[in-house]
Parts: sequence; C-alpha cells; structure tokens
Amino acid sequence: MSEIRIQRQDFDPGAEISALNAAGEVGAIASFIGLVRSDGGMDAMTLDHYPGFAEREISAHVAEARSRWPLLGVRVVHRVGRLTPGERIVFVGVASSHRQAAFAAAEFLMDYLKTRAPFWKLEERASGATWVEARESDDDSVRRWR
Amino acid sequence: MKLLYFAWVRQRIGRSEEELTVPASVSTVAALIEYLRSRGAGYEAAFRDAALLRCAVNQEHARFDAKIGPNDEVAFFPPVTGG
Repeated sequence: MSEIRIQRQDFDPGAEISALNAAGEVGAIASFIGLVRSDGGMDAMTLDHYPGFAEREISAHVAEARSRWPLLGVRVVHRVGRLTPGERIVFVGVASSHRQAAFAAAEFLMDYLKTRAPFWKLEERASGATWVEARESDDDSVRRWR
Repeated sequence: MKLLYFAWVRQRIGRSEEELTVPASVSTVAALIEYLRSRGAGYEAAFRDAALLRCAVNQEHARFDAKIGPNDEVAFFPPVTGG
C-alpha cells in the first residue's frame, strides 16, 4: 500500500504512522518529519507545485523504492502553500518486515524529495521574496543511490 | 491548447493558466516559446532565456523539440528545487 498526498493543511504524524501498521506483517516502521527552518532570517516560504504532475513524479520514486526494498507500506505527505519556520512540511513513513529496509527506503525517498521533487520555493526575507534556485550540491545526496 | 505556468514564469506572465488557439505552424515546444514571446512584455520576460525553463507536455517532462497539438496541456516552469 502506498499513499502520496500533496496538501495545504498540516498532517498528524501519529495518524500517518498508525496507518502504516495496518499491513499485518510489519516489523519496522521508519518515519521522517521535515520542518521549515528559518535559515538565517527567513520569515516564510511558499511552495508552488503542478497538481497531477507532482503526484506522478513522486509516485515513480515511491515505486522505485518498492522495487529496491521489500516494503509493506509507504506514505508520503508533502505540504504546499505558505509555511513559516517550525511548521511541518513533509512526512515520509515506510513499513517493512525489518528495520534495514525501512531506514534505507525512508532515507532514499527523503533524498529524492529534498532535491528532485517537483516543487518551487519562494522565500520571504526582510530584503524581499526570492525564488530558490536549483542547487547542484543537493544532487550529491541523490547520486549515492545510483 | 492548455498552458500552465509555475513559480516565476507565472509571476512574470501574470497568470497561472490559459487556453490558447495557436497557429498550426506552432507544432513544437520551441515554436510555442517563440510564439508566446510575442504576446507581451510579461511573456517576453518569462521566455527570454529558454535555458532557464523546463517544460512538461501532458504532465510528462518534455524536451523543446517535442511535438505539440491543439489538445495538449503544456506547462512551463523553472528547474525544480525539491521540497
């Protein structure tokens, strides 16, 4: 079972983790929650996305994770819209029989989401609002999975 | 043809989507970019440097030489920055 959601509203990490426990054979659930960082004075960040396209792109990477590790469940929740420092922005939860697969798949998915997921970020600072540019350095975390 | 714009492409053009009937000669993404550039200052600003742009046709990544037709959905956006 995989669930991928892109939404404006906050999510309940406990409910997401509980939902991963429905599979029966689960022995391990690894979860990650990303929060918005102020990053030296950022007041807010607004995430833009292409509905449909974004879900499709993320689904392809969830499918790749499922082909690499024996997973029993995957849940990805990503927020869009305007978020302020301290707010939850992303949830990744992976269920498997054993912890190694759960840890590895969760990290694989987060490395992808942080660098390649189809979002655009507008950062608001005292100096004004600017679109974040794609960074080469982020790609290092993705390259190690090749 | 349905056109969608994201991030600063949307901001420069001043709209997030539109339905356009383009001339039959506009049969590739590259030709569409040239055509859109002639539609006003906002479009010119958005499409001036095509190297900064990425596109998708019918919600799949596409190259600028991809063929397009009247029933296609074409989206323009900057390189993605991740979440």
